[in-house]
Amino acid sequence: MTEEQDHQSNQNQEKDTVDPKAKDNIEEAKEQPADNPLNEESPEKITTPSDQQSSTKKERSTDTKSEPSPTEQSQTEKSKSDKPKSEHTKRPRKKHTKKDQPPEKKEPSPNQPILDHYVKIINKNLSKDAIDDAFVNRSSKELPTIVATPKYYFSIAKLLRDHEELQFHFLSDIHGIDYESHMEIYAYLYSMSRNQSVALKVKLDRENPAISSLAPLWKGASWPENEAYDLLGISFENHPDLKRILLGEDWEGYPLRKDYEPYDVEV
Amino acid sequence: MEWVSGLLASEPSSSNFFTYIFISLPLLSVVLGFVTYAILAERKVLGYIQLRYGPNRTGGKFGLLQTVADVLKLLIKEDTRPKQADRPLFWLAPIIAFVPSFMVLSAIPFTESVVFANFGVGLLYFIAVSGLTTIGILTAGWASNNKYALMGGMRSAAQMISYEIPLLMSLVGVVLFSGSMNLIEIVEQQQYVPYILVQPIGFIIFVIAATAELNRIPFDLPEAESELIAGYHVEYSGFRFAFFMLAEYVYLFAMSALITVLFLGGWQPIPGLGFIPDFVWFAIKFSIVVYMFMWIRATWPRLRADQLMEFGWKILLPAAMANIFLSAIVKELFF
Amino acid sequence: MIRTEEMLLNVGPQHPSTHGVFRLVVKVDGEIIKEATPVIGYLHRGTEKLAEDLQYTQIIPYTDRMDYLSAMTNNYVICHAVETLMDLEVPERAEYLRIIAMELGRIASHLVWYGTYLMDIGTTSPFLYAFREREMIINLLNELCGARLTFNYMRIGGVKWDAPEGWIDKVREFIPYMREQLDGYHEFVTGNEIFLNRVKGVGQYTQEEAIQYSLSGANLRCTGIAYDLRKAEPYSIYHRFEFDIPVGETGDAWARYQCRMAEMAESLKILEQAVEQFPEDGKIMGKVPRIIKPPKGEVYVRIESPRGEIGCYIASEGKKTPYRLKFRRPSFYNLQILPKLLEGENMANLIAILGGVDIVLGEVDG
Repeated sequence: MTEEQDHQSNQNQEKDTVDPKAKDNIEEAKEQPADNPLNEESPEKITTPSDQQSSTKKERSTDTKSEPSPTEQSQTEKSKSDKPKSEHTKRPRKKHTKKDQPPEKKEPSPNQPILDHYVKIINKNLSKDAIDDAFVNRSSKELPTIVATPKYYFSIAKLLRDHEELQFHFLSDIHGIDYESHMEIYAYLYSMSRNQSVALKVKLDRENPAISSLAPLWKGASWPENEAYDLLGISFENHPDLKRILLGEDWEGYPLRKDYEPYDVEV
Repeated sequence: MEWVSGLLASEPSSSNFFTYIFISLPLLSVVLGFVTYAILAERKVLGYIQLRYGPNRTGGKFGLLQTVADVLKLLIKEDTRPKQADRPLFWLAPIIAFVPSFMVLSAIPFTESVVFANFGVGLLYFIAVSGLTTIGILTAGWASNNKYALMGGMRSAAQMISYEIPLLMSLVGVVLFSGSMNLIEIVEQQQYVPYILVQPIGFIIFVIAATAELNRIPFDLPEAESELIAGYHVEYSGFRFAFFMLAEYVYLFAMSALITVLFLGGWQPIPGLGFIPDFVWFAIKFSIVVYMFMWIRATWPRLRADQLMEFGWKILLPAAMANIFLSAIVKELFF
Repeated sequence: MIRTEEMLLNVGPQHPSTHGVFRLVVKVDGEIIKEATPVIGYLHRGTEKLAEDLQYTQIIPYTDRMDYLSAMTNNYVICHAVETLMDLEVPERAEYLRIIAMELGRIASHLVWYGTYLMDIGTTSPFLYAFREREMIINLLNELCGARLTFNYMRIGGVKWDAPEGWIDKVREFIPYMREQLDGYHEFVTGNEIFLNRVKGVGQYTQEEAIQYSLSGANLRCTGIAYDLRKAEPYSIYHRFEFDIPVGETGDAWARYQCRMAEMAESLKILEQAVEQFPEDGKIMGKVPRIIKPPKGEVYVRIESPRGEIGCYIASEGKKTPYRLKFRRPSFYNLQILPKLLEGENMANLIAILGGVDIVLGEVDG
């Protein structure tokens, strides 16, 4: 099947699934007034062996949703219904699986103690309010994620790099994201000595996104930050050489912002 | 050849003038023919070494007319000149580079009888005149008003100065043994033993320095394709470019001929095989030298400018000097 | 006293040794570089922006065009990211096909590097030798997926095509042949005095600097850090294979050359094992929903591409298209160290250093 056909059938498929989804939503709303696992304990007993397998598969993905997600949490419930459905006939069973998952949510991530440890160190060395939020991103290979407050973003990064129990010397990636309500910086740090990773995030004001640069800590952050400046318009303070690295200084607008108007509308 | 000598001694006249031209025309055509096929041969040899065919369309299976077609193309190409170029120098540079390459040919004896000018100091003449080409290259680099070309020109000048000295010094040994600077006499001295056996160090130094003089890999810094794009001739097109190209290959011809004459015994046959005509001997030895140059080109990387200088002044020059002393001692003791 | 002046030289965007449209504004004093400023973006196509309007499967061909010399690893990283996010299982046979394709691609990519690097340094023949072998790899991959450069082979949850009959045997035959050729390369180039002089001590940096600049791949390993994501964070089924991480010691162009050459040999080792273990039959596509809609969430995965650590970040809102897609492009990161390396070097070293970093401009510009 060619690419195009694929998509066409995808679209058709989608139309078919619109209604059931809505139903799901209603049902779920009834069944799960809150993310209270106690409510859902009972359906687990209904699980057939075949279901169990698929449920383990889905385990991680649902768990993420229970975690404070990067975007507005209000959408979390809705997105549950968007879970991929392969065949119509199996839909009823799927519903059961969905209910089976919550109990597994209680199982904490293996990385939870690690994250707690990080948080403890940061709180001890910096301030109680240095961290906005901290959670294990279960859909991203159990990645400990720390959301810093803008004020402490730089010092947390510095601490993560220099503290002898953390040693995140390697900056793997840093980039910005435009959630229409706010901007976000996502930095992925890796410790070679400990073979551990951590994601450091910070939420920025969308109207005037500015944050201190990590380039003084990692020279390798210089260009990626330039890229974020270029494509998203996030300005970095104390950056040694902030410039529009890819598009050039005369480019109007920031293409990766969601409200960007392409220069040529036809394209 | 007495006739030529008589001609040289005679009063200048218009008939003499035309006689000269008619005598030199065959040489010119031989050289141009060589250049045509040397380029083809180089491409074929490179192709062979690099697992490809080389030219194989124009002029039959072996691309025999490829170079002819290339030259024709260059002739009819537009002659571009950068706006800011130094016009007279830009125009003059290819000629300065090209003319000496043909002038040196007159001194080279191809066989005992085929020699155009039998100088007493043929060797000196060759080296002196060939050095002039550098000026052409430097001029081209300067006149192009291009930074890459300028760098190429500068590199070329530095390189020529550094390698001209060991080139000359390596020849002193040959002159010591032969007792002459006349190329024909030098060849005649090698009737039994070619000088490559008597002067192995001198031979190696000369080949290295000659490669540098020819601007060929590993010493092709003035035109280093990957660094300076094309170096001094980056702004030249059409026939002016062809002049540089031609000069390069004529020098290849001349240098290979000189090496044949100085170290491989020129037209002298290997003892016992004297029935093969002398020009065949010359051609065989000459081809081996040319092939060696092509082989080197296909296999070696390029030196860096500072390494080139270091090599020239710190290794080649002392070695050449030591060779002179060694030759003098050997000559004094055994000959 | 002669008055001297610094000269501003534009290396590129049309220069034979920048391997693409890359511009380097160099301030030179004679041939000594005082300052070098890389200018990039000539090949920026806005892959990340385009991806926001594309379904996940549709993004895969765009990844081919980033690092066009090793499209397989790019294919893999996006598929791997989506699979991680959706927690999909990939059938074993598909994993083996992916590994074989990726390792073949790695060798092909290193071969191009080997050839072009030697060409930068001034010898043309190795380029053609390397391309002979690369041609064979490309023919193999062509048989597998019908494309020679932009493969578009992998799909979320598996691969598009199964190996044609006898293909695995062809790969098996290729391995000893390639080993022999690798020995030939070493014989031809590795011991050459001129080559050694050109690369030894050129573009040298320390371990700390390499980490500071977020270098990855052979550019990092040449300083002696044995960091390879195939070992550090085994993805796919790399944990099943035995191979070493080649490391250099000196952190110069010579160490990088040795690393990359050794990596080819290691890839051959992996290929050999993968071909031996290749499952007789099995599915090549896992259970994948027809519409790929990853749940809401974000994911960042990284894998080892021939040029270093390639990462893929997806922020999903639970729709058919990603909310934000970001590639950590190794060439982009690796290139940052260039101005530092070039300072005080001469023009010839510029080429040797730039070539040694091994960049693909499609990837630098995204």
